[in-house]
Amino acid sequence: MNNGVKYTGIPSEEELLASPGVPSAERLTQGPVAYIECVQEIPCNPCEEACPFGAIFVGEPITNLPVLKGEACTGCGACIAKCPGLAIFKVHLNYTGTTSLVEFPYEYSPLPRKGDRVPCADRTGDHVTDGRVVSVRNARANDGTAVVGVEVPKAFCLTVRTLCRKEYRRDG
Amino acid sequence: MRKTQAAVIGAGPAGLAAAIEIARAGGSVTVIDENAKPGGQLFKQIHKFFGSRDHRAGVRGIHIGEQLLAETRELNVEILLDSPVYALFADRTVGYIHDGKEGSLKAEKIIIAAGAAENILAFPGSTLPGVMGAGAAQTMINVHRVLPGKKILMIGSGNVGLIVSYQLMQAGADVAALIEAAPRIGGYGVHAAKIRRAGVPIYLSHTVKGVLGTDQVEAVEIVELDSRWQPLAGSEKILAVDTLCLAVGLTPLTELAWLAGCEFAFVPGLGGHVPKHDLNMETTVPGVFIAGDISGVEEASTAMEEGRLAGTACAEALGLLDGPKAGELKAVIRQRLDALRTGPFGEGRRKAKESLIGLSGEGRS
Repeated sequence: MNNGVKYTGIPSEEELLASPGVPSAERLTQGPVAYIECVQEIPCNPCEEACPFGAIFVGEPITNLPVLKGEACTGCGACIAKCPGLAIFKVHLNYTGTTSLVEFPYEYSPLPRKGDRVPCADRTGDHVTDGRVVSVRNARANDGTAVVGVEVPKAFCLTVRTLCRKEYRRDG
Repeated sequence: MRKTQAAVIGAGPAGLAAAIEIARAGGSVTVIDENAKPGGQLFKQIHKFFGSRDHRAGVRGIHIGEQLLAETRELNVEILLDSPVYALFADRTVGYIHDGKEGSLKAEKIIIAAGAAENILAFPGSTLPGVMGAGAAQTMINVHRVLPGKKILMIGSGNVGLIVSYQLMQAGADVAALIEAAPRIGGYGVHAAKIRRAGVPIYLSHTVKGVLGTDQVEAVEIVELDSRWQPLAGSEKILAVDTLCLAVGLTPLTELAWLAGCEFAFVPGLGGHVPKHDLNMETTVPGVFIAGDISGVEEASTAMEEGRLAGTACAEALGLLDGPKAGELKAVIRQRLDALRTGPFGEGRRKAKESLIGLSGEGRS
């Protein structure tokens, strides 16, 4: 009962499954897709405008939870850096036969570099696996919110959400 | 004596937004601030704001500050800096000090946008160097680029505590933990999620028992609270940190409104004593308006909208806008304010504001 985001700071599995911003299990198998971990009704809607394909709907009032239209989402990741809450990720479950790709917003210095092996963390910051940095996007339009893509073993597709900042800083 | 149509006290988000609306309507306006630079808290808010495009959502506070200052320059808004205001006289003369000398400014209308101050907590060791407000720490890292400590304990899980914890890590510090006396996190889950995935534990139902150290903070003893908020004996933990940040709420800076003779109400949900005001942000003293945290502690986005509302109403009262035009502008601003006061986090503030406005009569629309 006391395991929701109000108590842990982490959206629970139930909260995520009930959230309209989380793609269906079926959609996850069909290619890269946005994964919106926004489970509280806060007044915010930049994600809606950020999507060039109309795949995110907030509407009025702007406290509505963002609804992801899985069929319209191309997995471009344009929404990731636009979310002020840094709550949007991109997941590509079947990136290869054995690996997934996870993209996350990252606002710490130093940024990782493409090709780096990095320790990857789950939503509690625990180091759960290692991954390879596939992309670091930090265009001017991101306004300082870099989007880092890491390739991780498939089992960690829905658990890896960042890299271990301190360990990376030490190694990098 | 200097003269102006409207004097705005405080060059933060509310004051600047108010001044912009008055100047846009063709009024002469002077903003007075005690600080060396305008912008209030915006220039330490390096995170992207929430809201919608109309509220400049997705833009970092620091850039919103730059946009507001650019607008004030284009509109020739006069800004007097390094000028603490010490008095408001009955004829709407503002007394201030600049460069060690007294100055006075005679205005037809006054908008007080003085903001709020951080609350403190008293506990053994609370006066040791290394204990500071979270807002002070935020000013040090984001404005002055000085790291207040290497290892931080944050008290308070409202948005300020969550955001400043994140920014301290961005600045290179470690945050050992965040503690919260209530049994749940006060601020937005997305802010909490950012610090959790950076590895920061959040201890709910915990408070500080005391700070250990001789000349500075060396460690902090925390203790768990039971359901009646009483310390649970034996639950103490000692955390080795060099800095303790307090993010335990804000109190409106109301001194000038008291001086002006405004009537007050005590509204805990808005931060304590706040001047009564109507739908136009006008206090019970005709010609004296308020906007921003002084009228109830909220966020910078709300402060800007309230500033626009007060500025527009002030321009109307000065005869710079006719009734229908002002009514139209104010309706749009009120809609934007309502949008920010919706949902589980905004509802309480909306009700508190409505009850406060109710105390002041219906207010002109």
